[in-house]
Amino acid sequence: MDNREVLICSGTGCLSSGAEEIEARFREELKNKNLVDDISVKKVVKKTGCVGPCSLGPIAIVKPEKTFYGKLDIEDVPVIVKEHLQEGKIVQELLIEEDGKKVEEYTDLNFIKGQKQIALKNIGEIDPSSIEDYLAQDGYQALEKVLTEMMGEQVIQEIKDSGLRGRGGAGYPTGLKWEFTANAESDEKYVICNADEGDPGAFMDRSIIEGDPHKVIESMTITGYAVGAERGYVYVRAEYPLAIENLGSALETARQEGYLGENILESDFSFDIEIRVGAGAFVCGEETALIKSIEGERGMPNPKPPYPAAKGLWGQPTVINNVETLSCVPEIINLGSSWFAGIGTESSKGSKVFAVAGDVRGTGLIEVPMGITIREVIFDVAGGIPDNKEFKAVQIGGPSGGTIPAQYLDLEIDYESLDEAGAIMGSGGLVVMDEDNCMVDVARFFLDFTQDESCGKCPPCRIGTKRMLEILERITSGEGEAGDIELLEELGEKIIETSLCGLGQTAPNPVLSTIRFFRDEYEAHINDKTCPAGRCTSLAEPYVIDPELCIGCTQCVDVCPVDAISGEKKEVHVIAEDICISCGACEEVCPVDAIYQRSNKEEGDKNNG
Amino acid sequence: MGAKKFPELDPIIEKYRGKKGILIPVLHEVQNRVGYLPDDIQKHISRELKVPLSKITGVISFYSFFTTEPQGDHTLGICLGTACYVKGAEDLVDEVKDQLDISEGETSADGTFTLTVTRCVGTCSLAPVLMVDNKYYGNLTPADISGILEKYQDSSQEGN
Repeated sequence: MDNREVLICSGTGCLSSGAEEIEARFREELKNKNLVDDISVKKVVKKTGCVGPCSLGPIAIVKPEKTFYGKLDIEDVPVIVKEHLQEGKIVQELLIEEDGKKVEEYTDLNFIKGQKQIALKNIGEIDPSSIEDYLAQDGYQALEKVLTEMMGEQVIQEIKDSGLRGRGGAGYPTGLKWEFTANAESDEKYVICNADEGDPGAFMDRSIIEGDPHKVIESMTITGYAVGAERGYVYVRAEYPLAIENLGSALETARQEGYLGENILESDFSFDIEIRVGAGAFVCGEETALIKSIEGERGMPNPKPPYPAAKGLWGQPTVINNVETLSCVPEIINLGSSWFAGIGTESSKGSKVFAVAGDVRGTGLIEVPMGITIREVIFDVAGGIPDNKEFKAVQIGGPSGGTIPAQYLDLEIDYESLDEAGAIMGSGGLVVMDEDNCMVDVARFFLDFTQDESCGKCPPCRIGTKRMLEILERITSGEGEAGDIELLEELGEKIIETSLCGLGQTAPNPVLSTIRFFRDEYEAHINDKTCPAGRCTSLAEPYVIDPELCIGCTQCVDVCPVDAISGEKKEVHVIAEDICISCGACEEVCPVDAIYQRSNKEEGDKNNG
Repeated sequence: MGAKKFPELDPIIEKYRGKKGILIPVLHEVQNRVGYLPDDIQKHISRELKVPLSKITGVISFYSFFTTEPQGDHTLGICLGTACYVKGAEDLVDEVKDQLDISEGETSADGTFTLTVTRCVGTCSLAPVLMVDNKYYGNLTPADISGILEKYQDSSQEGN
């Protein structure tokens, strides 16, 4: 066995593609062959957090060679055990092929090699349930350094010098938040880790807590030391049961081993952490609403100031940081602020985790240096758009963000550049959309979300988003009127100006940014009553059957979801145009290609002629 | 009229009694145990923890995770986050509605399934995603739905 280890990615993506069965089969195979006993099997076959390239799951990485086996089938396991673990030969036919070449080491995968991992550094390398694994990656070293060599204000200075900014939304400098909290007068202060990752399309915080929970504990404890707090809360979404479980057991281990609780590492400093589980309210990602929720109230935001640094949880000074932000802290302490500040752009330091999803080949989590271009992320790291489709736009920053079109692909990503392009860094959700997506419909989707999640406390958000949604629904159903676009713009700007919290202040962004870049699509919906992408079904053109080609097989009748097709067996069939919703199901099943949309056919005839 | 007793909730109440900011954790644990939060249970919590009933009801109605209606044996959660939406999750919702003849938030006639539409469940790389209880099914098309539902229908019947 030569001290080989098999790391099984057990992130949620891989679990749903069968990672547990793969893991069980490895253990079984090793035991059946008497290669290991019951005790050491746990050291040989390890479960790790999310490795990142979810579209290649289930995944096993064999160490020390770091060989990457992806898209595994249960029957591949005995082959790997025999050839690789026993005989020491890499199983060539099970390797992933990229650009015509087999990739052996996982760090050579396109998806991994373009990355600069800081927050995600340990994830996929360690077993989240093992504190030994975390310690072997220099875990808790930063905490020890802070407690033995640094004063609180030195820690804060280090974070300020690093240039670290918040990774969860607004991008506020982390060191300043800490300093304000440290300087606030009170005997009682709190640290909150915001793990209420509600932006649809973002899942990095979940991955960090699931895959490297001790890092969250270490970072919060360092924060507590720096600002003078003795108590911390992690506010996690209820939708993340595995994260809650892994963090809960890591907290217990950390207490047993003296990294948490009274007199940490035999110092004078005491700190403990409690988990609070959310209950499905998006607005609780906003810090003042989150505080209300921890206090057991309805999660409604308060006007700022006072900021939580002055008056937060139970009226006491409180520092709130997001999971990914906190996860950069130990590396900054270990390697120094100048190391961190040396990565990225003038205004945005370090790296950022993006959750890549949507119409793109390589979906999953990537951490790249600030300043990388959008094109590099989508095409070089994530492999581009599948099915020979064209890239249309990328939505960055979720319901608070914007949609960025193809002409901005070479934009270098940092807080300011995204802002100028009408999006925001936000939490780093990055949903890629191909030519089949309708931008008006995407805007409607986000407004539907924010309107539903608006807590109702302030009228601009409660009523304004509702009115915007109504207008968008009219446009997508073919009842748009002249002046609607201008009305949306005016309403949007007012809502941004006058809303109470970040939810309302950013809710119009998806609409305003799609109007900015795809105004012609809005105009097509309103003036021509057509949806250029064919997504808005009530505007889409009905299908027709060519009577000369139809053989009366009745297959189209069977699949039509709205019973729009009639005709006897072996006779010509007809589609009722007023019932047809243009879903295209009939076109797909027709064996003789007799079903078409008029405009597509004319276009095809033109091209052929 | 004497108030209804819930001895099975005593351990939960005792664990949190006298601590601050514990209403939401209490409601989570009680819902885990009972399945939902009807009026008489809300009144019980109100009396025991000395929290006004109006506040408890207010909190329950604010957070979408809490429910005052009994739920089916299994909860179907179809994710309508951005990635799932782009990948056609609405077709999955329609398919489930068709097959079970229920709308969002309703429970099937045999009590097996409750259909919910959820916010992003954070597995965007598997979009579109259906969660059955705590298990994720990813990369789905409407054609996959009946096979998944059958698995749970069988096990529910065996359970009965």
